[in-house]
Amino acid sequence: MEHYYQPEIECASREEIRAIQNERLTAQVKRVWENVPYYRKKMEAKGVTPEDIRSVDDLHKLPFLSKADLREVYPYGLLGKPLSECVRIQSTSGTTGKRVVAFYTRHDIDLWEDCCARAICAAGGTNEDVCQVSYGYGLFTGGPGLNGGSHKVGCLTIPTSSGNTDRQIMFILDLQATILCCTPSYAAYLGERMKEMGLGPDDIPLKAGIFGAEAWSEEMRHDIEKTLGIKAYDIYGLTELSGPGVSFECSAQEGMHVNEDHFIPEIIDPETEEVLPEGAEGELVFTAIDKEAFPMLRYRTRDICSLTYEKCSCGRTHVRMRKPKGRTDDMLIIRGVNVFPSQIETVLINHGYAANYQIVVDRVNNTDTLDVQVEMTPEMFTDNMGEITARQKDLMAGLQSMLGIRAKVSLVAPKTIARSEGKAIRVIDKRKI
Amino acid sequence: MSVKQVSVFLENRPGQLKRMTGVLAEKGVDMRALSLAETSEFGIARILVDDAYGAIQVLKDADFVASLTSVIVVQIPDEAGGLDHLLQYFADTNLNIEYMYAFLGGKEEKHAYMVFRVKDHRSAEAALAGKGLPLLTQEQIAEM
Ligand SMILES: [Zn+2]
Repeated sequence: MEHYYQPEIECASREEIRAIQNERLTAQVKRVWENVPYYRKKMEAKGVTPEDIRSVDDLHKLPFLSKADLREVYPYGLLGKPLSECVRIQSTSGTTGKRVVAFYTRHDIDLWEDCCARAICAAGGTNEDVCQVSYGYGLFTGGPGLNGGSHKVGCLTIPTSSGNTDRQIMFILDLQATILCCTPSYAAYLGERMKEMGLGPDDIPLKAGIFGAEAWSEEMRHDIEKTLGIKAYDIYGLTELSGPGVSFECSAQEGMHVNEDHFIPEIIDPETEEVLPEGAEGELVFTAIDKEAFPMLRYRTRDICSLTYEKCSCGRTHVRMRKPKGRTDDMLIIRGVNVFPSQIETVLINHGYAANYQIVVDRVNNTDTLDVQVEMTPEMFTDNMGEITARQKDLMAGLQSMLGIRAKVSLVAPKTIARSEGKAIRVIDKRKI
Repeated sequence: MSVKQVSVFLENRPGQLKRMTGVLAEKGVDMRALSLAETSEFGIARILVDDAYGAIQVLKDADFVASLTSVIVVQIPDEAGGLDHLLQYFADTNLNIEYMYAFLGGKEEKHAYMVFRVKDHRSAEAALAGKGLPLLTQEQIAEM
């Protein structure tokens, strides 16, 4: 039976959701106009005043915010509340440019943890569960978000944070953890390690995993589910909007329900900035309608995906977003063709390779080269040279048909591609452009 | 009467072969023969050792991918035409050889040893039966 954290909201009628959104959006725009001079100037430049925003239908009139805006007014320029009312910051793990620093009031943390609690319940979590949070704790939102959600649901929470893999496994086994929260690449690594230790799915007490903070493919999901003997749920979020829990997967595993009472999603054409109809693929834009300290309006996520309002079998009525193909900043342009690492991952797993891989892009004699490095595994190895080469050619053909460009495949020694405890480093771009 | 050969995946990168021999030396694994097959990207080291099962474990523990492959080892006289004779017997039965390599030595120095990977061990053995070209056993390899 489907289990909800806040059924009255999660299963509300579309009319009720719309009413909540209209009320919260118009109030939010007024507050921002009064308290955030930077955004007010943007509205004025577009000739928009709070009176023009009467309902969700008027959302498209508002100006966009992007990461560039956050950098420009770092750190306090988008604050919607005085610092005396803020109780927390979280920050992105970005390595280039300025970090994003997001602020939270008590109310903001409360709503964020509600969102994470909804995700945990959707994965079957109750107060009978033992929830191990192996996301990093600290500035990264993963640990604190799921930790808060787990408390709200009433799970026994194990705050292992990331790293120290053998200790993670010890806690899973000794305390019989039933829910695991971490990045998908770390879940895959934990699975690999447990397999090495001779632990099969039946020996692992876990029943569900909530994995997010990086793009992962459907094939990787099946792999993790098989190795750990669990159901793996996707969760989505951005520090700019609070953290994980902006949207989450339900038992149907067909897209993530956006918590629409807090965040309104739109899909736009990233070039023309036009709003696209339901089902169309484009850039995901979010408006936070009741966050106080960091009230992002029409924030461009750079994630490429689509939305569907179709009825979901789980009973939730909130719109679902498809798993993003990857961020526009993960997207590589190789010989003029758009390539997402997740596409390469799909081909690899379909050909029986492990999801541990690295993509090296370089430029040789003015031509881009794409080298996909995969580790040799005992399952793939044979004493027959011809068979290995044939399999390699097969994989190259698979990549060519998926990507539309030629890719080289290099077989590397086991354990030579670094395992990650947080977000995996998939791409090494050596091009100097 | 086949013998277990250890096949090891090697990435084509400087120092990989040395890393493998280093691991084997450290654990006291004694090599009888070594052959390398390679493309520009990767290679397979094929080795005969005193303790094949022990060697596999040692290599796996050091994060190598390795497997056991059955081969036959034929002792031939170390003289002109020795190998030609042997190959003639195989040719007579249309035996297909996937790969082969040779090594010298052992206690009886007037012999050479040919290692063959063939699809069909039985036909190979039948082709050599009564021809004065003995096949070596796993134990004989270990005792060399
Ligand atoms: Zn659903």
